[in-house]
Amino acid sequence: MPREDYETVIGLEVHAELSTKTKIFCSCPTDFGGEPNTHCCPVCMAMPGALPVLNEKVVEYAVKAGLATNCTISRDSKNDRKNYFYPDLPKSYQISQYDKPLCEKGYVEIETEEGKKKIGITRIHIEEDAGKLNHDDYGRGSLVDLNRAGVPLIEIVSEPDMRSAQDADKYLKKLKSILEYIEVSDCKMQEGSLRADVNVSIRKKGQKEFGTRTEMKNMNSFKSITRAIEYEIGRQIEVVENGGKIYQETLRWDEVSGKTFPMRNKEDSQDYRYFPEPDLVPIRLSEEYIENIRKNLPELPENRKQRYLEEYHLTEKGANILTASKYLSDFFEEAIKICNNPKAVCNWLMSDVARILNEKEMEPDEIPFKPEELAELIELIEKGTISSKIAKDVLDKMFENPEKPSKIIKDNGWVQISDEGAIKAIVQKIIDANPQSVQDFKSGKEKALGFLVGQAMKETKGKANPQMLNKMFKDALK
Amino acid sequence: MNITELTVHELKEKLDKKELTITEITKAYVDRINEKEKDVQSFVTTLTDEAIEKSKKIEEKLKNNENLGKYAGIPIGIKDNMCTKGIKTTCSSRMLENFISPYDGTVVNRVINEENMIDLGKLNMDEFAMGSSTETSYFKKTKNPWDLRKVPGGSSGGSAAAVAANMVPWALGSDTGGSIRQPASLCGVVGLKPTYGLVSRYGLVAFASSLDQIGPITKDVRDAAMLLSIIAGHDEKDTTSANIPKKDYTKALKNDVNGLKIGVPKEFFGEGINEEVKESINKAIEKYKELGAIVEETSLDVAEYALATYYIIACAEASSNLGRFDGIRYGYRTKNFTDLQEIYENSRSEGFGAEVKRRIILGTYVLSSGYYDAYYKKAQQVRTLVKNEFAKNLSKYDVLLTPTSPTTAFKLGEKSNNPLEMYLADICTVSVNIAGLPGLSIPCGVDKSGMPIGMQLIGKAFDEETILNAGYTFEQAYKFREKYKPDFKGGNN
Repeated sequence: MPREDYETVIGLEVHAELSTKTKIFCSCPTDFGGEPNTHCCPVCMAMPGALPVLNEKVVEYAVKAGLATNCTISRDSKNDRKNYFYPDLPKSYQISQYDKPLCEKGYVEIETEEGKKKIGITRIHIEEDAGKLNHDDYGRGSLVDLNRAGVPLIEIVSEPDMRSAQDADKYLKKLKSILEYIEVSDCKMQEGSLRADVNVSIRKKGQKEFGTRTEMKNMNSFKSITRAIEYEIGRQIEVVENGGKIYQETLRWDEVSGKTFPMRNKEDSQDYRYFPEPDLVPIRLSEEYIENIRKNLPELPENRKQRYLEEYHLTEKGANILTASKYLSDFFEEAIKICNNPKAVCNWLMSDVARILNEKEMEPDEIPFKPEELAELIELIEKGTISSKIAKDVLDKMFENPEKPSKIIKDNGWVQISDEGAIKAIVQKIIDANPQSVQDFKSGKEKALGFLVGQAMKETKGKANPQMLNKMFKDALK
Repeated sequence: MNITELTVHELKEKLDKKELTITEITKAYVDRINEKEKDVQSFVTTLTDEAIEKSKKIEEKLKNNENLGKYAGIPIGIKDNMCTKGIKTTCSSRMLENFISPYDGTVVNRVINEENMIDLGKLNMDEFAMGSSTETSYFKKTKNPWDLRKVPGGSSGGSAAAVAANMVPWALGSDTGGSIRQPASLCGVVGLKPTYGLVSRYGLVAFASSLDQIGPITKDVRDAAMLLSIIAGHDEKDTTSANIPKKDYTKALKNDVNGLKIGVPKEFFGEGINEEVKESINKAIEKYKELGAIVEETSLDVAEYALATYYIIACAEASSNLGRFDGIRYGYRTKNFTDLQEIYENSRSEGFGAEVKRRIILGTYVLSSGYYDAYYKKAQQVRTLVKNEFAKNLSKYDVLLTPTSPTTAFKLGEKSNNPLEMYLADICTVSVNIAGLPGLSIPCGVDKSGMPIGMQLIGKAFDEETILNAGYTFEQAYKFREKYKPDFKGGNN
């Protein structure tokens, strides 16, 4: 049976590190990096007798995430212990939430070729991150770094509503964008502050029951998630086509070989012995508390996009690209405060800036210059100080060595020639040097004008104001 | 004057009158430890030199009128499951034989750093507070000062024995299912388990988080009220600690029980309760009646399920709480391993004693998938019933009166090979932990062989005042300490 006869079913479990200043159960800093075991205290090192105290900010951030993804917020929630032994888990249990998560039954919308599609969110719960094992290069053992132990996480579990790697990619990007907008997570996949485990199964088209799913871990970019899903779909179809069976197991994605490998034995399935965390009191949220967070929820990408369409008359595409990244969108808003030309700023961001980011494999938040500087660049074009063509060169320089556009232009002698006398002299010079073209133009060959303007631009190394050149050639050759 | 026979309020009075100095007091206790510890074996760590040193410093500071706390310079003993910075905290386990905590627990901090009491040492206990005789200690077996052939009870056996033997004027114990009250009863001293949430658990090495409470073990009720006043109070490091104002519990000691309504639940006088214990309790009841209290028989019919409920909940929590002793970061690590799994298995097999392992296995079992509903969940439901039953009774009565222990102190080794029989030693006390209520044990007589008998007074949640006053009033009338003293009989020398 060909691949088209199968349908893919995908669900995601996304872990997002919350950007609170302190850990979930103690007041140690959550900063990334730091010498091993320097962001630790008796609580997050699980010294005997130490007790957790729930960081209220964590609850607030999780509720924000829940409200931003249309979840129902539980008025009555609690923490549970998930018990298992591993050296990066100092208490030998993770404080998580089992049967009473903070948020349930939400959804986010993604844009697909068939239009808008809702991806259901089963639940969002809070939990603590584990520490990190540093494996000794000489094979003498492993060292435990507990700096990350106790960093707050939310786990966002989706319904199995995605049908392709593209769906999953869009869902994840949408989720990332929402979490960035509400400022609860940095969502940096490279630093591990956003991680996704992917459940994939296949079934024959038209079949109602789900197939057996596998869970994939260890993908650390959007690209590898798409690759991993594509690979796994292919693998599962091949197994089924050859009369084999899919086993429910956890697979590790290997970026280098582009394949998945079983992580642990299936007989080894863990019994986590969940039970209510007796060291913490239940989480009770008042109506007022939830409403207050709802009222103060920042603008979400969907709303911002609508505003861009209505207020600034941006194109659908432009508004989509800008609002997909909170950073880019904020950048846009800062820039238009200065140059008040939303369309131009949008165009620059989605074309030239986006192109350079893409070439350099950079994220929007890595743009080395400030919004004010892009605004200045656009103003310089509007004022006629530089041409759009020169502006592209200026932008390249701004990426290389961030300086004010005006300084770059000055240092490189790129100021546009808009002086009437100077341009008149150049026009005369070119006319004198190209009698044939002058003749052609006068006999009706419009193209000849282009050639003359081109010659003038060449003469001035592109600095002459093209509109003025055009006009003056026409006037001179009348 | 024999300094070590005085209660703390008596010591305090003499200090205030300048009849005694802090160094004299400390010296007297150090001498007493040097004399009696070899027989009683109640300390895991003694801090005698440090104590004398500290007493001199405190005396100096007091001369300079520094404000050091009401009980500055009063010695104290601390059960060895409370974290003390720079001093070993072993939980009487091989697992923590050399463990030194990097921090002071909240109660230790209040008592030692804020009040400036003098720590005479860390007291022996059943390993990780699991036991009723202090025999599961990895290090030593503490003896009952009333008869050195007998157990002091447990798990705070070291604390109770040290107070009874006058080696410390008062001590801190912890109580998960009776671990303060039962040894207090067996050693003829006063023990109070406060309401769950009254005293911070931060720095108490957890056995069963939803049941553990720190409390005083003292020579008399007034001392218990004084020490409770110091250690009680909200702690932001323990979210299960109640946010209620601090009190001076000595103000509740009115020496008056006229009109006090006492309920006596008949279920606590059934099978397994020693006849002499019953007789002694009945005499106490008569005494209360004489004093003007109204005493009635009542019923706590779910109490018979409390012991089973207790062992499920306590072991479940313990199995998780003790997971951190994995040989990775601190504590005992086996020398015998080739991989991670063996570090875990061998460190824990070698580091924990039999009783601890038994409870970890039991707790792991009741939480496993497929058994959770039948055991842990069911136990939680019964817990609610027990709470309700107590609440119903305590809406009718101010105090419930029961024996503290079904028997007086038993012989060393008598029950150590029979865990079920040992578990029955907690039958009268566990339901109080299950319900989260305060319970006070005070001596109310001795049996034919001269071993102390204790009675338990149970009060409403956060109403320690009523049981303290009831206990105090009985104590004033009965004068146990004037009648009976431990005589260290049955020793080898």
